[in-house]
Amino acid sequence: MATGTADGTIVGRGNADGARLFREWFAGLTAAAEAGRGSAYVFVMGSLAELLRTFDFPIVFPEINSLQTAVRRVAHEYLNEAEDQGYSPDVCGYVKADVATQLRGGALPMGRIPKPAIAVYTNACNTYIKWAEIWERMYKIPTITLDIPGSRAAGAQTWPGNPDFEHDRTYVLAQLRELIPVLERVSGVAFDIDRLREAMGHANTMNRMWCRALELNASRPSLFNALSDGTIYLGVANGFRGSPEGAKYFTELVEELEYKSAHGIGTLTNEQYRLLFVGVPCYPIFRRFTELFTELGGTFVGSTYLRFASGGANLGFEYDLAHPMESLAEGLLIGTRDAMDNMFFQTNILLEMLDQLHGDGIVYHPIKSCRTVSTGLADSRRALLAARDVPSLFIESDMMDRRVVSEAQLKNRIDAFFEGLASRRAQASIRER
Amino acid sequence: MAFAAGVDVGSTQTKAVIVDEHRRIVARALTETGANVIRAAEQAFHQALAAGDLREEEVEYVVGTGYGRYKVTFGNTQVTEISCHGRGAVHMFPNTRTVVDMGGQDTKAIRVAPTGEILDFCMNDKCAAGTGRFLGAASSALDIPLDQLGPTALSGERPVKISTTCTVFAESEVLSWLGKGKKIEDILLGVHQSIAGRSAGLLRRVGIESEVTFTGGVARNIAMIKTLQNAVGQPLNVSEESHFMGALGAALFALDHILASRTPARQDA
Repeated sequence: MATGTADGTIVGRGNADGARLFREWFAGLTAAAEAGRGSAYVFVMGSLAELLRTFDFPIVFPEINSLQTAVRRVAHEYLNEAEDQGYSPDVCGYVKADVATQLRGGALPMGRIPKPAIAVYTNACNTYIKWAEIWERMYKIPTITLDIPGSRAAGAQTWPGNPDFEHDRTYVLAQLRELIPVLERVSGVAFDIDRLREAMGHANTMNRMWCRALELNASRPSLFNALSDGTIYLGVANGFRGSPEGAKYFTELVEELEYKSAHGIGTLTNEQYRLLFVGVPCYPIFRRFTELFTELGGTFVGSTYLRFASGGANLGFEYDLAHPMESLAEGLLIGTRDAMDNMFFQTNILLEMLDQLHGDGIVYHPIKSCRTVSTGLADSRRALLAARDVPSLFIESDMMDRRVVSEAQLKNRIDAFFEGLASRRAQASIRER
Repeated sequence: MAFAAGVDVGSTQTKAVIVDEHRRIVARALTETGANVIRAAEQAFHQALAAGDLREEEVEYVVGTGYGRYKVTFGNTQVTEISCHGRGAVHMFPNTRTVVDMGGQDTKAIRVAPTGEILDFCMNDKCAAGTGRFLGAASSALDIPLDQLGPTALSGERPVKISTTCTVFAESEVLSWLGKGKKIEDILLGVHQSIAGRSAGLLRRVGIESEVTFTGGVARNIAMIKTLQNAVGQPLNVSEESHFMGALGAALFALDHILASRTPARQDA
């Protein structure tokens, strides 16, 4: 059995290794910034990290940088700085923290990020496009928007072999073929399809293991908290996608989770309620937010965040290494489409998650900063409740802006939600007698 | 005779209710919350004891509720005011399925089961527009006592449109209407309609099911009752005890605890 922690067990290894990889990642970015190397700026939904790393780009995820400022409780400094430049309080907090980061020459609490040489992103979030335009104006760099067709309606997804899907794949493939010469020109590195195959192979391993990790959380008690632990996993899934380190990390994570499952080791000593989380976490009070639930015996066994922000890893999609470009287009199409479906067509996905993970309730967390993930949540909740009688909580705060996070208000609503869960369980118990 | 108490520490006022084991209210008290929340809770409780001619040791169990529920240091446990208002409303009006509670700093829409179980709830977020505080701002701007706001508003005939979503800005909007020569009663009617509209929106989010019971301190305002009834399109249950509904619910939860502790344990073979 592999060992990874000081006491010789593998329990806790995933979180420790995740933190170590994160430090190493930022050490690398800081070194790149100091050397004046240009990087590739990407976003979590459809990052194409497996392609970009074959051109030797340091890869920067501005969303992850921004959320880290909130977790480290300095986001307000960055937000204020951007607002001093004229950005409205209503603009996405991730964007504003990044603007301030750029104004500070890439300085972040975790290190320093290099300037972009290129930005590559999809249309999965409408803000991505306007955000990249800021870098385009600041640095005069090429910014490439990959236009990925989304689902036309809930349950209307098409798959390989279907003419609609093949048209979509051809459309995405054509964009990738246009992208490659641009990457070669900007990086000065010739495209090497064998390097791409190798990176895709690592992504395959990661996808397979990520999918298995999500499945394993059906264990009772649950093996990881989808918010607190899950966000660490997400950081590695994005930052190390297509790398041997990423593939190794998730292989070992699954080993740890299987060990915990076999030995009945959960995140809570007394797991009372298994919850699903919908939306983006409340990073300004990240740890406390989770505690507001765990103190009352609730733990998050799954979240849409671990799906739409995982780069499509949740699907367990495996590239066909014999046809790398066609398969890359297919994976990008399916993964990005799934990210959008997890935001816009959630009902069936949530019903499946409730069944697979044995969920007792759902927590919806719309946030002020992100209209993309938040606008439809009230409708989504209504649709889910029409399909199934499941306890749900709707609480609003933000992913970045401490000014609109009221712990007292959150606690009041969360306490009431748990009172309802307890009351419902008591009523069910009476009916069963 | 067993007695149970509920103490509802709200943002503006603190209420205490004592019930007997037949779920009858035997005493109630109300005090301003002020800066010393612990003292306000103690004061309300002791005033209720005095009003009921009871000694402290006769009250077997105390539940704290409201934003200051964890400051009811002499209490045995805490329950949120969301659950307590639902419970109190169903106790007073057993056919209640929807509750709207309008307090000093928040308004809640609550959907309840016949048992009083909370099925869903929704509250105003980050903004006091649509709460009692909004009326307080109007009272201050127009220099009219709070208890006169309702009767004055009811004499309005051509209500103005209050569009702001901010309680602080509401005061300046009220003043701007005064500057345009609008009658005070028309301005006040507009203020009430604005609050009613926001509250009706919250109710629609949880789903309005008859009967609807209106609780909280603002339920004493006659104009608020009428404008809210118009906004939701149906009559509202309003109790004389509306102001004490949270404390009543808390007292009933306290009584549940007392009665449950007396139930002999089941002897399973």
